[in-house]
Amino acid sequence: MNIHEYQAKALLKKFGAPVAEGVPIFSVDEAEAAAKQLPGPLYVVKSQIHAGGRGKGKFKELGAEAKGGVRLAKSVEEVVSHAKEMLGNTLVTKQTGDAGKQVNRLYIEDGADIDRELYLSILVDRSVGRPAFVVSTEGGMDIEAVAHDTPEKIITVAVDPETGLTQSDLDTLTSTLKLEGEAKADGEKLFPILYKAFVETDMSLLEVNPLIVMTNGRLRVLDAKVSFDGNAMFRHDDIKELRDETEEDAKEIEASKWDLAYVALDGNIGCMVNGAGLAMATMDIIKLYGKEPANFCDVGGGAGKEKVAAAFKIITADPKVEGILVNIFGGIMKCDVIAEGVVAAVQEVGLKVPLVVRLEGTNVELGKKILNESGLAITAADDLDDAAKKIVAAIQA
Amino acid sequence: MSILINKNTKILVQGLTGKTGTFHTEQALAYHGTQMVGGIHPKKGGESWSGSKGESLPIFASVAEGKEKTGADASVVYVPPAGAAAAIIEAIDAEIPLIVCITEGIPVMDMVKVKAKLDKSKSRLIGPNCPGLVTPDECKIGIMPGSIFRKGSVGVVSRSGTLTYEAVFQTSNAGLGQTTAVGIGGDPVKGTEFIDVLEMFLADDETQSIIMIGEIGGSAEEDAAQFLRDEAKRGRSKPMAGFIAGRTAPAGRTMGHAGAVISGGKGGAEDKIAAMEAAGIRVSPSPARLGQTLLEVLKG
Repeated sequence: MNIHEYQAKALLKKFGAPVAEGVPIFSVDEAEAAAKQLPGPLYVVKSQIHAGGRGKGKFKELGAEAKGGVRLAKSVEEVVSHAKEMLGNTLVTKQTGDAGKQVNRLYIEDGADIDRELYLSILVDRSVGRPAFVVSTEGGMDIEAVAHDTPEKIITVAVDPETGLTQSDLDTLTSTLKLEGEAKADGEKLFPILYKAFVETDMSLLEVNPLIVMTNGRLRVLDAKVSFDGNAMFRHDDIKELRDETEEDAKEIEASKWDLAYVALDGNIGCMVNGAGLAMATMDIIKLYGKEPANFCDVGGGAGKEKVAAAFKIITADPKVEGILVNIFGGIMKCDVIAEGVVAAVQEVGLKVPLVVRLEGTNVELGKKILNESGLAITAADDLDDAAKKIVAAIQA
Repeated sequence: MSILINKNTKILVQGLTGKTGTFHTEQALAYHGTQMVGGIHPKKGGESWSGSKGESLPIFASVAEGKEKTGADASVVYVPPAGAAAAIIEAIDAEIPLIVCITEGIPVMDMVKVKAKLDKSKSRLIGPNCPGLVTPDECKIGIMPGSIFRKGSVGVVSRSGTLTYEAVFQTSNAGLGQTTAVGIGGDPVKGTEFIDVLEMFLADDETQSIIMIGEIGGSAEEDAAQFLRDEAKRGRSKPMAGFIAGRTAPAGRTMGHAGAVISGGKGGAEDKIAAMEAAGIRVSPSPARLGQTLLEVLKG
C-alpha cells in the first residue's frame, strides 16, 4: 500500500525526523491560507500523486512549455497561481504511463537552501533477510541511472534486526554520505529514527530522495516515498486510513476487498488462476500464443465459492475482456469449489464471452462434474497448453 | 534416496484444529501412511483430533511436549498469518530439525525476526507461503495433491506452489517420476533458497535430473545459476530443465507473491533465463512443456 508524500512526512515527523513545515490542500481556495502559515519567503508547491518523476512531469492540459508537477514560488500570490494551474489537471510522468494521474491534492511546503542532495532508502534485502539502508552521495536524481552508470557510488548496509543500527553501521552511513559536523550529528540521530519508523510501521520501502544538507549545515528530509507491507496492515489501523483509493484502479480496489491478488493489464483475455506463479505462467503462455492477458488474478489457496464468484465478476465486468481462461491446479484449492463459484457467478451475471476452463488436482473429478451438469457453455481443456490454445482460438473466431 | 523427508519422517501439525490443517492432515494420512504423529494447540493439550474418516491424533499443548512424546523430527505450520511467525519460532526453540510453513501472507518484518533466529539454530525452515514437499509413495508434508506424484528420478524445486504441481504432473506423465519435490515458497524472506535444495539434489544418488522453477523478483535464480556453474567446475552437475514465471509481467507491480516484483531494473525474467541457460539449464519458454523439455535434455 502506498501513501502520499505529505502523509509520509507527517508520519516521519511523528518519529522525530527533520522535515520542512508544510500544509496539504485539496482546493485552490485553501492555497493562500496554507502559504501564509509558512515562514516563506520561498515555497514549494508539490503535486501529490502515487508516482515518481513529478518534477520533470508535464501537465496534459497545459502546454509543453508549462512548468512541471513540483514548482518553486517566491510569494504567496505565486503559490496561488501555481495551485490554480495544477489542481484538477493530469500530470504525466515517466512512472504514470501515458494516461497520467489527476492531481487532486497539493502539498505547500517551506523552501530550503540546499547545499548537497543525498540519496537514502530502506528496504528488506532479501538475499540476507534483513532491513538494509541503501545510500549514495548522488541524490536528487534517478537512482536507477546512478545504479547503472556508477554502481560504486551506492552502498548497502544491512542491519541485524536483533541489535538494530550499531555504531559501526552509523559510521559507514555517515562516512559514505560524507557527513561532517552538525550534519554528521544529525545523521546519527536521523538514521535510527528512520529505521525505527520502517520496522514499527511495517514499511516495505522508505525512500528519501533527496535527503539534503542545507546551507546552514543541517540535514533535512526533502522528499519521502513510503510503501507498506499489505500483509501487515491488520495491525496498523491508523495507516490503513491513509489509503487514497482515487489513486488505484477500481477493479483492484474491489479485488482487494475480497483479498484477491489482482492486477489490471492491457490485453483482452481475462485470467483466473490459483497461485501467483501459475497465474504469471498463464499470462506468459497466452502471450506465447500471440495474445495479451487483461489481468493477473490469483484467487489464492483458501478461497471459498463466494470469493471465486467475486473474482469471476470482476473479470467479466472489464469491458476489454473478450474471453476468459480459468486455470486451476488444485492443492489447497479444491476444484469443486472453483467450479461452484464459476457456476454461481455465471448464473448471476451471465456469460457473454467464451470461457475455457482447465481443472487439475484436488477434487478434479467433482469439479468437472459440477461444470458438466451446469449446462453452461464452457469449453473444457485437458492441460495448460490446450487451454491457452483454445481461448486464443475462441477469441479469434 | 530422497531428500529431506522419507517414510520414517514423523510430523507434528501446528494449526491442526483449523479447517485447512484438518483437511490436509487427512490427505497426508491417506498418502501412503505419512506419519502424522500429533497436533499442537496451547489450550487443547491432552485432547485429541479426529478426522472425517475416523482418523485420530493426540493434541499437545506445545511443540516441545509433542516432540518429546512422539519423537517427531518435523513440523508443518498451518497457523494463520498473524500467529505464524510465533509458531515457527516455537518450533525453532523446540529444535525441530525440519519446519515447513504453508501459511501465506506473513508480514515480512515477522519473517525478518524468524530468519535471525533461524540462522543461529539447528532447524531448517521450508517456506513460508509454500506448498510443502513430497517424497513419492513415502511422505507428504503440506498441500500438494498426492495423486499427481510418481516415484522416480527427477528432483523438483520451485518458488511457486502451483507450478510445482505442473512440473510434478508433467514429469509423471513423461514417465520420469520424482525423488522429492520441494516448494520453497514465494515470499521475499524465506527459510530455504534454491541453492540449499540444489546442493541436496546434486548429492543425492537417486536424483538423476532436476527441474528448477523460478519467478520474477529478487536474484535467487541468478545466485543458483552461479552456484551450479561453480559446482560444474568441480565436476558436479546433473541434467536440468527450468522455467521462469512472469516474462510478461510489467515492472513495478507486485504479482501476487510478495516476492514477485521487478524493481529498480532488477529481478526481470530475461536476466534470470540468461543466467540459468549459461549454467546449462534448458529453460522452457512454455510452462506446459517442462516434462517434454527435460526429456529432450535427457536424450541429449
